[in-house]
Formats: sequence, structure tokens, C-alpha cells
Amino acid sequence: MKLFRIRGGVHPDDRKTLSASQPIVTLPMPELLHIPVQQHIGAAAQPAVRRGQIVRKGDLLARNQGAISAPVHAPTSGRIMGIGNFPANHPSGLSVRTITLKPDGEDRWTDKLTPCDDPFALEPAEVAQRVADAGIVGMGGATFPSAVKLNLRDRYRLHTLVINGAECEPYLTCDDRLMQENAAEVIDGIRIMAHALGVSRTLIGIENNKPDAQRLMREAAQAFDGVEVVGLPTRYPMGSEKHLVQTLTGRETPARALTADIGIVVHNVATAYAVHEALRLGYPLVERTVTVSGGAVKNPANLRVLIGTPVSSLLDYCGGTVEEPARMISGGPMMGQPLPSTRVPIVKGSNGVLALTGKETASRPEGACIRCASCVNACPCGLLPLEMAARAKVGDLDGTVKIGLMDCVACGSCSYVCPSNIPLVQYFNYAKGELAARQRSKHKQLETKRLAEQRTARMEEQKRKKREQMEKRKREAAEAKRKKAAAAAQTEANA
Amino acid sequence: MTQVAAVAGPYAHEANHVGRIMGHVMLALMPATLFGLYLFGWPALLLFLVTTLTAVIAEAICLKIAGKPVRLTLMDGSALLTGWLLAMTLPPWAPWWIGVVGSLLAIVVAKQVFGGIGQNLFNPAMVARVALLVSFPVPMTAFLSPTPLFSADAPNFLEALAITFGEAPTIDAVSSASVLGHLRTALTGGESVSQALDGFYNPLAMLWGNAPGSLGETSALLILLGGAWLLYKRIITWHIPVSMLASLFVIATVMHLVDGEHYADGLYHVLSGAALLGAFFIATDLVTSPVTPRGQLLFGAGCGLLVYVIRTWTSYPEGVAFAVMLMNACTPLIDHYLKPRIYGRDRRGEPLTYPDQAEKE
Repeated sequence: MKLFRIRGGVHPDDRKTLSASQPIVTLPMPELLHIPVQQHIGAAAQPAVRRGQIVRKGDLLARNQGAISAPVHAPTSGRIMGIGNFPANHPSGLSVRTITLKPDGEDRWTDKLTPCDDPFALEPAEVAQRVADAGIVGMGGATFPSAVKLNLRDRYRLHTLVINGAECEPYLTCDDRLMQENAAEVIDGIRIMAHALGVSRTLIGIENNKPDAQRLMREAAQAFDGVEVVGLPTRYPMGSEKHLVQTLTGRETPARALTADIGIVVHNVATAYAVHEALRLGYPLVERTVTVSGGAVKNPANLRVLIGTPVSSLLDYCGGTVEEPARMISGGPMMGQPLPSTRVPIVKGSNGVLALTGKETASRPEGACIRCASCVNACPCGLLPLEMAARAKVGDLDGTVKIGLMDCVACGSCSYVCPSNIPLVQYFNYAKGELAARQRSKHKQLETKRLAEQRTARMEEQKRKKREQMEKRKREAAEAKRKKAAAAAQTEANA
Repeated sequence: MTQVAAVAGPYAHEANHVGRIMGHVMLALMPATLFGLYLFGWPALLLFLVTTLTAVIAEAICLKIAGKPVRLTLMDGSALLTGWLLAMTLPPWAPWWIGVVGSLLAIVVAKQVFGGIGQNLFNPAMVARVALLVSFPVPMTAFLSPTPLFSADAPNFLEALAITFGEAPTIDAVSSASVLGHLRTALTGGESVSQALDGFYNPLAMLWGNAPGSLGETSALLILLGGAWLLYKRIITWHIPVSMLASLFVIATVMHLVDGEHYADGLYHVLSGAALLGAFFIATDLVTSPVTPRGQLLFGAGCGLLVYVIRTWTSYPEGVAFAVMLMNACTPLIDHYLKPRIYGRDRRGEPLTYPDQAEKE
């Protein structure tokens, strides 16, 4: 198949060999599971269990709230120890509402599962509803509720489903292993999603550094029409949704639009696997595959992990660290985020736990920009990172927006190549944060102004009413007086 | 349990850094430099040392005064490189104070006053060279025939000390005009191009570099070798050198075809003077050239055009330094107007539209 070139991108050392040959292993049951009610983009789920309650695997723990939200289910059977605050898998380390579950070790499924023999006989909306009920979110890391994307056929003319099997982040191999070991299931999930979307064409993009996954997925897809596995050049950020779509179809998503605007929906391979499990077996999303890797990890591995498992359990299983890591990361090294601590739990969006050595992070002190244009050449979005950072640095936020801040996908290619080690992405994050804060404060100001104006109007209205009433009374009094006088005159006249 | 600060990724980095870039440029300059030092002997080496040392010391003092980390910044090699490039463009037997004044101008006035590395609008080495040329035209145009080390005419080390540091003027016996200077004088005297260059200019000699000229710009071949290294190591891209040399070559060729008696040919222009050194090492200066490929093409073409104009119609026989500086001044403008197209937007910055979008209900 003909591929289309995208601009920019970088070739990071992928370091996938550390874990690429490790088959997926199920992690032993941890002692406690900490399940946050917010593991997705959108509104947090509302807890539906009480402290002390006994639950079975797959029981609903927290109910979705609103259109963009996802429910959370019990990863195993056991007792609810409490609902409280627990450090989140987020660089801030702030606490979030978390349900703590003590496994009973029996791992018994709930009796409320609704397996389906033929998902293709279901109405598309019914498929989407089951995906929603299973709490499935985008498992490439973005964690957007998947059912919302499966329902896009109502509003857009869709023609193609693109499956992201690029796995372009260095170190990560969990999607690679999943495609090798569960190709049939992944393809089945993909076909169910295509059915829900009502599209006839499905393209599965897999980077060329995963030849085994390409081969096995191709074999699994062979029997089905309109499902095609496509080898992608190994170049970061190939997994960026809009860039993946352009590479495969040649179509460029307009700024501020969705890929659905050009008729294409993108899902991740791990999401497809979850969809298969939800539709065929009725399983909600309670586990995922996670790559544990990095130069500081003793035995890198790909693990099947229950949602809510502490990161420390994964590291312990991998033999711990051989040296003090310079950096612990959740996700990949390019777009992942620092782990605040190893106490935090694995959530639906966790695709990697990395313990990197100082040598691997290759961090140096920030130097002055020498305008070498490396960042300009690396940017897949056609931006001028050096200009944007320079403007953000002096607080010229409007200028930063004017030259494309909002078009930045924060892929980090610019920071990766910068010979002066300028943390460009950090400047963009700062600018975006400041803008959001400014927006909030502006909104607040407007709101205050509106309230003040309303108050003034109300006071004036009151005053006006008072005056009117007084005038009315005056008028009435005058009238009465006049009438009285007239009556008196009449009487007088009559007399 | 590992505690880390919350900062943005990526948490991996390419092995590239500023010191490596500067190191590769110096490595690329090495062949032409060594050849120049061989060709012009001990005085050239002394001048080279004076120029580079002054540049590094001046940078250190400036950094100290500005309260910036001295060692760390010196280690990036940019000051050494500036001094080095300046030395390459000086007459090889120039007296010591030319090197000292030049390096001080380059580092203090053209670089540190602007705010240090990355902040200067003009190429520091070229600012220095132009200032020297305007202020001290006689020592700056005192070229000489090559007297390779250990040849009979070559001065020994003590004589070299006298040439570089002494009061004595340069030895007349070996002084000569550069090819460009010679042609300039001859054309002014009414000779035709072919008369002037006959016996004075030989493309093969220019290619190898056995000709009068500045310390490091005489050997076309060795400069090309260095340029190839920079391209191979992706320190520079092809845009500026190719567009600069192509524009110079094309304009010169057209003018030569129109009137061969008054205008030298394209090959002559490309091979003589600082055209090649300028195209690969000076115009490509990262700090002072545009950041986009299209901008670099325009920048290079402008340099080539200006080199030709200055060489042909002004009173200066050579124009690379002036041309590069003039184009440096245009860099912010070029960068402003020639931005890359943002993904999902057209060239004017408006979001793209598709027929499908209109069909959206």
C-alpha cells in the first residue's frame, strides 16, 4: 500500500529489545488494590459501593456521570476497605478519590456478565452501549471514553477505521506482545468496532520494527474483507492520531477538527482487545498489559496487571531496580509523565512503568538557544518551537498562541533533539497553563461584572418601583382630595 | 520509593549538544587549516594562536563580568570557533594586533554585547573581519605567495616571531595580490578578463589552493571536504551552501556570457576568495541564518547575489563578509515571512477545509 510522508519526526533509540521478547505474564494478586474513580478524560465516576461491602470481580464500583465518563469495575473479588483519598498516578502526586479493595484471593466473576455469541447481530448503538458499560477508555494513554468515539457515526460520515498499533514510544512493547499473543482476539475487537462505526474499511498501522506482530496480525486479518495490516516507517511520533491518519490515507485533519471530520476514527489495539473481551465474554475493563522496562529494572517484562495494582508490585515482580533510577516514568519516555511515587496504582491508561538510568535520560543543564533549527526540522506540526519558547519565556502568551501553541501536540520531538537541552515542552505547558488560568480569571471577572450589573439593575428597578408607587400614592391622594373637595363643593352647592 | 520533581518530558535525549556541533565544525575546518598553516608557515601559526587565544580569553572575561557560568559556556567551543574562523579569513602574515583587535571585536562587540551565544544578529567573525578591513585596509590586504614550511623562502621560527610580533613590515619579496585583488586592479587599468587572468589564475591551482589568499580559504578541495563532513554529520543542511554557490555561479556565468571581456566566469567566482569557505562555514552559521529550509534557500541565494555584486561593481575586490552580514540583517525578516505551514492549516494559517466537512450534518 502506498504510504504518505509526514514532515518532521525523530528517530529515538527505541530500546525495545529490553522487553520485546518477554511474553505477557499475569502479575500475581497484590494485597490491596487502589482503584481511582477517575481514570479517563471527562467527569469522574460516582462510587456505587460502601465500605465493608463484598464484591465480585466485574461488579460495578463507580457509576459514570454524564456523557463523557466511564464506569469503574472491581478488578477481582474481595471486600471494599474504604473510599478515600489516595495519591494519583499523576506527576502532581495529589490525592484523588480512590476505592480500596482487599482481594479475597478467589478471583470470582460476578454473575452479571452478558456475553454475546454474535456481536455483529447487535445494533451498532447496542455495541457502543456495551462498550460504555464495560468502562472501556482509549488504552494508548489518552483514556478518552471509547464508546463516545464509537457513536460518532450519528454525527459524521465515517468511512475508515484506523487502528493504532504503531507503538512509537521507545521502551514500550505491551501492544507489540498483545498483537503477537492475541492477534485473533484483537482482530475480532477491531471488526466489532468497525461494525459499530458502520465503516467498510479498516487499516491497522504497525511500525516496521515489529515484524512478528505485523505477520501474525496479517494472518489473523486474512480471512476478513476490508481489514488491512499496513507496515509503517519507524519514526516518532507515528502514533500521533492525526499523523497516523495522514501516513495511511494521505488526508490531513484540519486544525481544531477531529479526524472524524474527514471520516476517520482511530482506536488503539489494546482498546480493540478490551472491546473483544467486553462483547464476547461480557468482561468489563479490569486489567491491562503494562511494559516494565528501563536500564534500572532488573528483569524487564510485559505484565497483565489488574487495574489498581500499586506500581511497586510490578517492580518487585521484575526483581526491583539494579541501581537508583534517575527517573521513574509512567508511560513512554517521550510523552510519559514522572511517577510521583511507586505507591500509586496502575490505571486504565498506564501502558508503561519505566525506571531510567541517568545515562538513558541523558539530561544536561539547559543552555542558550543557538537557533540551529533542529526543533523546526523535528516538529511534525510545522511549528517554530524555538520561537514559541522564546515568546513564552518573556510572557508573550498571545504571541505564542499566534504562532501555533494550540496546534502543538506536545510530542516532545523538539525537546528531544535540542542541542541546548532547552525543555521546550515545559515552556509550552507553562504557556498553556497560564492561558487557561487567564481564561478562568477572565471568566470570573466577566461573571462578577455580570452580577454587579444585575445588582445595579435590580436596585434601579426597586427604586423605580418605589418612586412609581409613591407617585401613585400621591396621585391617589390628590385624586381623593380633589374628589373630596368636589364632593364638598357639591354638597355646598346642593345646600 | 523514588520521589521526583514534576517536570515535562521527554525523558530521553539525542546525543547531540552544542559542544558536539562546534567540535564537528572545527574538525571540518581542520584540513583547510592545517594546509593553510603549512602553506604560509610559522607566522600563520602564530597569528592563528593569537587570534584563537584572544577570542577564548575575551569570552571568559565577558562571561565573568556578566556573572554567567564561565567554564560551562567556554566548553561549548563557540568562542574558539569564532576566533578560528576569523583567523581563516585574515592575511596569513598579518601582525599580532590584527588578530587581537579582530577577536576582541568579534567576541566583545559582535557577540557578548548582544547577549552571548545565540543572541547575536551578525556573524561575529564577519563583523570583525569587516571592521578590520575598513579600519586597516593595508595590513588586511597584504597577501603573499605561498612559502610552504621548510621551503627555501619560508621564514624560520625566529623570523616568524619578528613578522608577527615585531615592528618590521612584511617582507616585500613574497607579497602578492590575491586573485580577486589582481583582477580588480587589472580591470580598473583597462585590461580584459582574459588578459588579467592569463598566467595568474589556474582553476586547478585554486582547487588545490596553492595560491595567494587568506590563511584558510585558498584550498577549494579541502574546504569542500570539510563541508561534506558537516553535511554528512547533519550539522548543516545543503540549502545555504548550494543556493549561495548556485546563485553566484549562475549570475557570474550569465554575465560572462553577456560580456566575457569584463566579467569573469562562474567557476572563477566560486573557486576564488572566500566563496566556498563562506558558503559552507560562514553563511551556514546557525545563529545568524534563517531556521526554515525555504528561508535558508532565500538567504543563500541572497548571499551569492551580493557576493557577485560587491566583487563586480564596488571598490572591494572581495565581498563574502559584507554579503553574509547584509543577509544576516535580513534573517529576522525572512524568518517572519517564510514560516513552515502548520499541520492542518493552509499557508495563511487558516484551518484546512474538506468537502466531507461540508457534508457533516
